[in-house]
Amino acid sequence: MKTKALLFASAFVAVAASLPAMAQQTATSPTLDAIKARGFLQCGANGNVAGFGLPNAQGVWAGLDVDVCRAVAAAIFGDATKVRYTALTAQQRFTALQSGEVDLLVRNTTWTLSRDTSLGLEFTGVNFYDGQGFMVKKSLNVKSAKELNGATICVQPGTTTELNLADYFRANNIRFTPVVIEREEENVAAYLAGRCDAYTTDISGLASVRASRTPVPADHVILPEVISKEPLGPSVRHGDARWGDIVRWVHYAMLEAEESGITSANVDSLMTSTNPNTQRVLGVTGGMGAMLGLDNKWAYNIIKQVGNYAESFERNITPLGIERGVNNLWTKGGLMYSPPIR
Amino acid sequence: MANANAAAMDAAGGIGESKLMAWVRANLFSSWANTALTLVVFYVVAKAVFFFGSWGIFNAVWIGTSAECRAAKGVGACWALFPEKWRFILFATYPFDEQWRPALSSAIFIGLYFFSAMRANWNLRLPIAWIAGLGTISVLMWGGVLGLSFVPQERWGGLVLTLILSTFGLALAFPLAILLALGRRSHMPVIKSMCVVYIELIRGVPLISLLFMASVMFPLFLPEGVSIDKLLRAQIAIIMFAGAYLAEVVRGGLQALPKGQYEAADALGLSYWQATMMIVLPQALRLVIPPMVNTFIGLFKDTSLVLIIGLLDILNAAKVAVADPQWRGFGPEAYFGVSLIYFVFCFAMSKYSQRIEVELNRNKHR
Repeated sequence: MKTKALLFASAFVAVAASLPAMAQQTATSPTLDAIKARGFLQCGANGNVAGFGLPNAQGVWAGLDVDVCRAVAAAIFGDATKVRYTALTAQQRFTALQSGEVDLLVRNTTWTLSRDTSLGLEFTGVNFYDGQGFMVKKSLNVKSAKELNGATICVQPGTTTELNLADYFRANNIRFTPVVIEREEENVAAYLAGRCDAYTTDISGLASVRASRTPVPADHVILPEVISKEPLGPSVRHGDARWGDIVRWVHYAMLEAEESGITSANVDSLMTSTNPNTQRVLGVTGGMGAMLGLDNKWAYNIIKQVGNYAESFERNITPLGIERGVNNLWTKGGLMYSPPIR
Repeated sequence: MANANAAAMDAAGGIGESKLMAWVRANLFSSWANTALTLVVFYVVAKAVFFFGSWGIFNAVWIGTSAECRAAKGVGACWALFPEKWRFILFATYPFDEQWRPALSSAIFIGLYFFSAMRANWNLRLPIAWIAGLGTISVLMWGGVLGLSFVPQERWGGLVLTLILSTFGLALAFPLAILLALGRRSHMPVIKSMCVVYIELIRGVPLISLLFMASVMFPLFLPEGVSIDKLLRAQIAIIMFAGAYLAEVVRGGLQALPKGQYEAADALGLSYWQATMMIVLPQALRLVIPPMVNTFIGLFKDTSLVLIIGLLDILNAAKVAVADPQWRGFGPEAYFGVSLIYFVFCFAMSKYSQRIEVELNRNKHR
């Protein structure tokens, strides 16, 4: 109770402090000012999940979430390397953001109503749409999750995964036997050894297990049913809306760049493009960066140093064997949609 | 001369052999039950040795890619993980080109351990060596001077982090523990009750909960904009925890000391601190070397619990190294490698304590 009161108090102070600032045309963000004075961005990330946030053999952080941190740093400083990463566990992540230990949390965190409100977070968008699914051996000849009546299913305990599983089977009135195993590694081993008929976790996790852990990936199928919505995205503290704007539009700039065909390879040559939209995105006209409190070449720096969303996706997620699917642009049948930058 | 020696050795060998047979008969095959037990144990041991030989040595992939390892999965171990990942396991996210710095720091730590282990150095040289050693380590790890680039603590990891946490944890907990133990036996009620409450409170909760409090709750009580580094918070939690446990060990020594020693010190007119420093502590600490080393070893391994707050100590670095999709599923090999490192340190501590125990108690065996 005490911590909550403290949070509300600090949120209130932050709001009160930013009120006069909002009145001005080029308002500033206290978080942005602190970051600029400090000289680097403090980013809370996951140090343990391949494709999203994981240090490689050289100790360099890489992943789709890490690219958000790098893009924000590129937008602020024009230098994507000015980031310090804090590896956060699932329990620590919200406290680290609330207490100001990190400026930005990008740790494959699902956007839910309760987190958006009572935890004092502000989600700025979705950089990966995930959802829970099932993987079975092809030899079982199962085509749909509804055919899993009486099946044994491997699942990790204490996660929303376990609850979603129970909800789904109860809603569809099918019986199943859960095999609850604490660690992901052992879960996969149990599934491969045939202890369970199916293995359930997020689709991204299933795809990466299929690509990297199974002897013959083609022997396993991921069923078409997606039984939960897991929109993963970056979040910031409540109370500094201008800072939230920056993080939100950094993500949209990467989407807009993909949609307009701007990549890290051709961004320099497109600086002289006559296309009005491209000119606005790259800061040649329009002064969009200044409205965010950033340099007008903010999006140019992001695209040049980090790349557009497709480049980031192909670099980090595609090697796991995950297709674009719903994470494709809206023009290609996906859900990724950027409001216009104008 | 040589012939005589050889003959003597032959004879000795002959006697030795018959002695061996007699020993085997007396100890391993003395009854039906013992014979059966011996055979079962031999079978299990042979099976284990055979399995490890075929998995870990003959069928193992020593050099190669993760694809070759995957082909041998289940049959042979994948030691090829280490040529690829050893630098990450030992130094974690420390900047790649600067990793000689944590390497040198770890070497200085180990050098300091050896230096402190020699009784000839137990004088003024010891604190000087530690101050110089730790100063050099701080310069190496942080940098920012002498042309070394600055490296923030978030990037420290691997072996050196384990050594930092355990060395500072024990070195600072030890004086704290002595004060707490003396305080607990003090006749002054306020000091006594404070020490009792501290020790019982800390011993009453697991280290994990202390680490959680340090990393999750503590930051919420700090004013906005102030944040204390995660590593420092974990270090303080470990010192507090170690202090409480060692205090009880030291108290055991204080209580085991015959009452006559205290009375003799009083009779000589020594003050409390003189008596404590010259009479009580030297004898009390000598008595508790075995349980103290036991606590040291336990705490050295407990530092690996910092993985729950996301610090990359050597165990967590190994865990992250096998989270790489290329090398997923090779956890047993990575953990085996790390456990060897833990074993070397713990075994050295245990052996050294045995030696020092014999040396310090020589007067009792006269």
